[in-house]
Amino acid sequence: MTELERRLARPPASAPFDVRAATTVLAQRATEAGLADVAYGWLDSPLGKLIVAVTPRGLVRIAYEREAELDVLQELAEGVSPRVLRAPERTDTARRELEGYFAGTVRRFDLPIDWSLVHGFAVGVLRATARVPFGHVATYGEMAASAGSPRAARAAGNALHINPIPIVVPCHRIVPASGGIGGYGGGEDRKRFLLDLEGALPASASGTL
Amino acid sequence: MRLPPFQSLVDAHAAELHRFLVASVGPTEAEDCLQETLLSALRAYPRLRDASHLRAWLYTIAQHKATDAVRRNVRHRAEDLDGINPGHLSEPPHETADEELWTRVRTLPPKQRAAVIHRFVFDLAYKEIGLRTGTTEEAARQNVATGLRRLRMEVDR
Repeated sequence: MTELERRLARPPASAPFDVRAATTVLAQRATEAGLADVAYGWLDSPLGKLIVAVTPRGLVRIAYEREAELDVLQELAEGVSPRVLRAPERTDTARRELEGYFAGTVRRFDLPIDWSLVHGFAVGVLRATARVPFGHVATYGEMAASAGSPRAARAAGNALHINPIPIVVPCHRIVPASGGIGGYGGGEDRKRFLLDLEGALPASASGTL
Repeated sequence: MRLPPFQSLVDAHAAELHRFLVASVGPTEAEDCLQETLLSALRAYPRLRDASHLRAWLYTIAQHKATDAVRRNVRHRAEDLDGINPGHLSEPPHETADEELWTRVRTLPPKQRAAVIHRFVFDLAYKEIGLRTGTTEEAARQNVATGLRRLRMEVDR
């Protein structure tokens, strides 16, 4: 190696690179240029860390931490747009409402929803689910009926299990007609917590069924 | 085709792209150049046909942004010189030997500049340098050799 080559191996000094700061600037400029198709941030909730993702059309995804972050982001890249950026401030409105919900001050979410990740039969099921009010429960069969297929309770259950926007599209409010609280994509403990938070655990809510 | 979420490219490659740009345009301009690189990449990203060389793709964009920045600077410097008493021009600039070397690197033709930086700052093989500069392995070898010869003539004078 010559002296010149040795000198070329030592690049000019610069301040240490800060990827967080660079991402913040990029997210801002991308938003201004209309290029931040999907923006995401996190929320610390009583149910653990949540990933919250929004598009210009609305809330598109909420994920419990049992789902790997990279898988969630890849799903957004393929299902919505690969222009996925970390831009927590873009999710502020959604995060504030979620915080209010967990604090007991928000009973009805006032957030536009982007249904991009929902397809087929699930669209009808989840739209019907979104209309079940705070503190109430409905059955899988009722959701299937609302979606136009009264006998497709099982398919409705499957659609609810992969609900991309849990909590805000309240799939925890859908329970089996036969009793009990049924399964939940985020784990049964979380479903129990949410129903309890709303005072709607079936023991106390069975009279309304 | 499975394109990864753009943020994962930023997380994986922004730091080394920044290092490449510091070598290519200097520490002051590198930050801006990086932002322009990432924004251009983000704009074109959904239309990308091939997800197998994303890192090389980012480097080719960075190389173009660096070239634009160097051209801008040369123009500015020329404008600055317009109003200056020619007598001052003979004064040697207060630069250390290495600052002078990197200034020379910046004014190499774009492909030579990028190839020299990939070769010596990042210690890459010619095949990878070819990918990252949008040429072949052989052309990359040529670019490094020619760039180096030029630097040797200018610096070792």
